[in-house]
Amino acid sequence: MSTLVVEAPGLLTTVQDLGRVGYGALGVSPSGAADPVALRLGNLLVENPVSAAALEMTLLGGSFLFPEGAVIAVTGANFGASLDGRALEMWTPQEVKPGAKLVFGATKNYARCYLAVAGGIRVPPFLGSAATHLMSGLGGFQGRALRRGDVLQIGRPKKRTLPRGVSQAVLLHLKPRKKLRVTDGPQSERFSEEAKRAFFQTVFRVSEASDRLGIRLDGAKFSIAGAGEMITEGVTLGAIQITPSGQPIILGVEQQTTGGYPKIANVIGVDLHRLGQLRPRDEIRFERTSLAVARSLWIEQGRLLSNPTQLFV
Amino acid sequence: MRFCAASDQALLVYLGEKIGLPAHQRVLKLLRLLEAKPPEWLRNVQPAYCSLLVAFDACRVGHAEVEAALRKYEQRAEKMRATKRRRVEIPVCYGQEFGPDLNDVAALHRLTPEEVVQRHCSRPYHAYFLGFAPGFAYLGDLPEEIATPRLESLRKQVPAGSVAIAGRQTAVYPFATPGGWRLLGRTPLRLFRGGRKPKPLISIGDEVRFRPISRAEYLNWEKA
Repeated sequence: MSTLVVEAPGLLTTVQDLGRVGYGALGVSPSGAADPVALRLGNLLVENPVSAAALEMTLLGGSFLFPEGAVIAVTGANFGASLDGRALEMWTPQEVKPGAKLVFGATKNYARCYLAVAGGIRVPPFLGSAATHLMSGLGGFQGRALRRGDVLQIGRPKKRTLPRGVSQAVLLHLKPRKKLRVTDGPQSERFSEEAKRAFFQTVFRVSEASDRLGIRLDGAKFSIAGAGEMITEGVTLGAIQITPSGQPIILGVEQQTTGGYPKIANVIGVDLHRLGQLRPRDEIRFERTSLAVARSLWIEQGRLLSNPTQLFV
Repeated sequence: MRFCAASDQALLVYLGEKIGLPAHQRVLKLLRLLEAKPPEWLRNVQPAYCSLLVAFDACRVGHAEVEAALRKYEQRAEKMRATKRRRVEIPVCYGQEFGPDLNDVAALHRLTPEEVVQRHCSRPYHAYFLGFAPGFAYLGDLPEEIATPRLESLRKQVPAGSVAIAGRQTAVYPFATPGGWRLLGRTPLRLFRGGRKPKPLISIGDEVRFRPISRAEYLNWEKA
């Protein structure tokens, strides 16, 4: 079996797939790639099933050796990847010769870069998924971020003709954006009109204290005085909670599954992958939309992502 | 029964407005029915005290259809008999380094640490739901005499197995995580097992009792 050797792990590199959905009753959140669209496209480029496991790197990438060679695709943020010293093209399948070294640097644009390998990264599944859940130390490669010297197994790749690359129009369409669209949260009506107006006018800054569990926002505080006591309930990915200190937190892929803070809004489905590309100090705004608009955008994006003739050149 | 959109792909179903067994029985029945006969569009169900968060495949259905379907499920669920409750006993070594907040909790309520332990072990608790982290069960209701608010600031890391209280709730931390609940003791049991067939020690609807054990028993247990 082929392997991938971690020579340097980078800041935070984990094995991720599309996550484990459906285990809320066990208190288990889906986890998975913070930018599932980038992971999905990476897998499609190397002819993997969309849910195959790949590596997710954060802000600063690592360096990896392929003793037996491989076919790879690099997607997501641009971490200035190079293969044996030569710049590597992103969003297209690339052949890696046996013994070659793939090196990533610091990000040049967004937060997360994905390395998909033909055949997928092989780890023992936990609840049907390879996704690493860092808080509980479950799933992925030994339940933790990768370290120097780790050796990962690569599955057997399919032998098929690979697409040449992702179309520019698609990349533009799916590109990270700084204006995130939201629908009303379940407790929206508990906030004053004034607070809601301020929420949509404020330019928020992503706090350094953000991670896969949640994105903390600086820029304005919101009073929940008079919002009343709330009974803890299930919370969704992309929910924007207001904590007792007034700070908004957007729940991320490794979110807690329940919470007792009121939620002012919720990021819509087609913008969830964009949350995964937000870096500390990025500035963002929120734009209100309706459930109907959000749903039709989701259906449209679903069609696009499952249509190879539109996705690839 | 009240509905509220949680996101463009999830609907909250409220089956009561007060924490307690009546609302929770309805939550449990609807959950069991959804698990037994999952609709094709169902992605995830997150039960809580009085509500279920139902995530659905928005390419197939919208909020209105999900609401209509859940109303039918609820009608059938109402007629279901309550399932027999599983009993779980949790051995706990209280106090000392295992329960750094035991003395403070005792002082706050003008009780001795022994009295706090006695009250914590005095009744069976109902497992309302698992949330926060894998296998973290929200147990209630704690006797009023030892109900204590959360700590003002979070501990960066609470050791796995810590037995804690907050408000009228008690719980065991399955993993070393940050936490704001007050720590009374620690259990040597593993709360959540990974591996091929992952299973939480405590499941929703269980009846949970705590039993005090000595330090020597705790240490022996860990060795075994």
